[in-house]
Amino acid sequence: MSLQPYASPIERIWFWVFRIFCGLILLFLMVPVLVIIPLSFSESSFLTYPIQGFSLRWYEQIFSSGPWMDSLKNSLIVAPLATILAMIFGTLAAVGLNRADFPGKGLILALLISPMVVPLVIVAVGMYFFFANLGLLNSYTGLVIAHAVLGVPFVVITVNATLQNFDYNQIRAGASLGASPLRVFFTVVLPQIIPGVASGGLFAFATSFDEVVVALFIASPTERTLPIQMFSGIRENISPAIAAMATLLILMSVVLLLVMEFLRRRSEKLSTHR
Amino acid sequence: MTSITANHTAQDNQPIAGLKAQLRRAERMKKIKAMLLVAPLALFLMIAFVMPISSMLWRSIDNTEVGSVMPKTADAILHWDGQGIPDEAVFEAFANELRESRAGGGLGRIGRRLNYEDPTFRSLLTQTLRGLPATTEVTWTEELIGINARWNETSTWLAVQRTAPTVTDRYLLAALDLERAEQGQIAKVAPNQRLYVEVFKRTLVIAGGVTLICLFLGFPLAYLLATLPTSKSNLLLICVLLPFWTSLLVRTAAWIVLLQSGGLVNSGLMWTGIIDAPIQLVFNRIGVFFAMVHVLLPFMILPLYSVMKSVPSTYQRAAVSLGAHPFAAFWQVYVPQTLSGIAAGTILVFIMALGYYITPALVGGPSDQMVSYYVAYYTNTTNNWGMAAALGALLLIVTLLLYMVYHKLVNQKQLVRS
Repeated sequence: MSLQPYASPIERIWFWVFRIFCGLILLFLMVPVLVIIPLSFSESSFLTYPIQGFSLRWYEQIFSSGPWMDSLKNSLIVAPLATILAMIFGTLAAVGLNRADFPGKGLILALLISPMVVPLVIVAVGMYFFFANLGLLNSYTGLVIAHAVLGVPFVVITVNATLQNFDYNQIRAGASLGASPLRVFFTVVLPQIIPGVASGGLFAFATSFDEVVVALFIASPTERTLPIQMFSGIRENISPAIAAMATLLILMSVVLLLVMEFLRRRSEKLSTHR
Repeated sequence: MTSITANHTAQDNQPIAGLKAQLRRAERMKKIKAMLLVAPLALFLMIAFVMPISSMLWRSIDNTEVGSVMPKTADAILHWDGQGIPDEAVFEAFANELRESRAGGGLGRIGRRLNYEDPTFRSLLTQTLRGLPATTEVTWTEELIGINARWNETSTWLAVQRTAPTVTDRYLLAALDLERAEQGQIAKVAPNQRLYVEVFKRTLVIAGGVTLICLFLGFPLAYLLATLPTSKSNLLLICVLLPFWTSLLVRTAAWIVLLQSGGLVNSGLMWTGIIDAPIQLVFNRIGVFFAMVHVLLPFMILPLYSVMKSVPSTYQRAAVSLGAHPFAAFWQVYVPQTLSGIAAGTILVFIMALGYYITPALVGGPSDQMVSYYVAYYTNTTNNWGMAAALGALLLIVTLLLYMVYHKLVNQKQLVRS
């Protein structure tokens, strides 16, 4: 949308009102993310502006503190494992869903996506009772399974989207040249859908790395993940140490965003080459 | 070699039928292979997702506590007509099974269940248990009434009778502020005990308000993004995507920092002179709205943006060139073409907002907690699992109904920009 040279005064006013309104919304979206970063370098132990002095003491504090480092370690154990599980299950299922029509397909797709829409607290309470019976409560295994469940829909959706442009004659071509189905999958299919698999995986990873509710219910202090540590920190006493960890997490989301953009470009390139 | 020749002859005899059968077989194989690929995930979700939720839902009607600890009593009292007091057989079964319930935590289970009927029942049970005679050659009716006269009251035994069947609707009714009156008809609970209808209303009001604000803010921004040249819009899109990728906890913490009494928003308002003293913006409804709109706004913008991207601007220009006022052209020509995006974004945001727990817990006050909070509260704090399950079941039903509408409306791949 741009302003035409022949626009009337009312159109001009409207144009600028609209632009300013959009600018304010963008400000609303960005300010909370940006405002917390400077506070993490403050010397004061209060989270208020103006900032007093520059120090790295809060970073020192989180990197030398047992609870913060333990919870970070726990998240770095659980998130990748859950992501890998979600990627394997989700990719296979998406390939299967696109391969042929079979009875109940719509229903199954709805089932595969449903962990994304069911309120987290219901998933959490359900798993709490169910895992208690199976002895999976307060274990890494239980947490990995739970987070894999929550991550699976993202992988199914993204791989499904990549497969929309996939030409299945390539599978036949591979098979007619004597390759085994497994070899066809790894040398023909996978390289083309890898952007979808990876971006679904990133979503799954981010989900696990930011998941509080289910973890609150099924994890004991030993498996305390980073989000739980953040949650109790915010709840009890919000200190600049939280701002320091928040800054690190924002840094991580910038990296995630960049990787995502790279994958999107790559996927676009793959589909225009055809 | 011979087998191949034989095969050939067979095919030559009935070429069409043979080909058809082969094609059918190949198609069937393809279907089976496809299903086998989906099977691991479907099975995984059945076990780790559907079964936990179904077993939780079962708890909302589960009434087996008394029946499992006191099977004979439960059986006998179900035949009682509810007049006067039950006969000696019921008293005897009750006394014997009460004595046995001390082993294996049975007493605790029935005590908790009976306490939902009458909060003094647990102490009545322990007192009765202490008073039970060691011998068995007694008239149990007299003995129990001798221990506590409440065993001579019809209402006491009616309460026991209500706990005897395998399933109950008391939790689901209670989740709607309803109960069974003495005669068994459904009635509203006393006004000072009504809570959940209010909580459901509050949940709908917050979710609906958040959705409307998101639409009001998201539509113009999505429109700007869709109409700007790609190089500019990509840059602005980062401002939408960066918060989207940022941890929910980080954003919630940021809102507390911004809105607290010494925070930037209050200082800004005081500096401009709009207010003289800091106003309470967080740990109340305002804070909930700010934080939830911020978290959910990208989920409104992205579906809208992807639909608006595919709407050609030519129709709108054609309308203007035919003499329509630019606003009329926008409202009557452009907006209807974006309805699928509006529907997708609105339902998505509303569904997500309904289940919110963390954000209201951190930035809201006690009167801003939504249904999810009470589900968690009953599970963790009071161990009233029937109530937690009943509230969860109602929340789940609303969510799934909306999800079905959403599923019909939206192609799934629109959900995620990849």
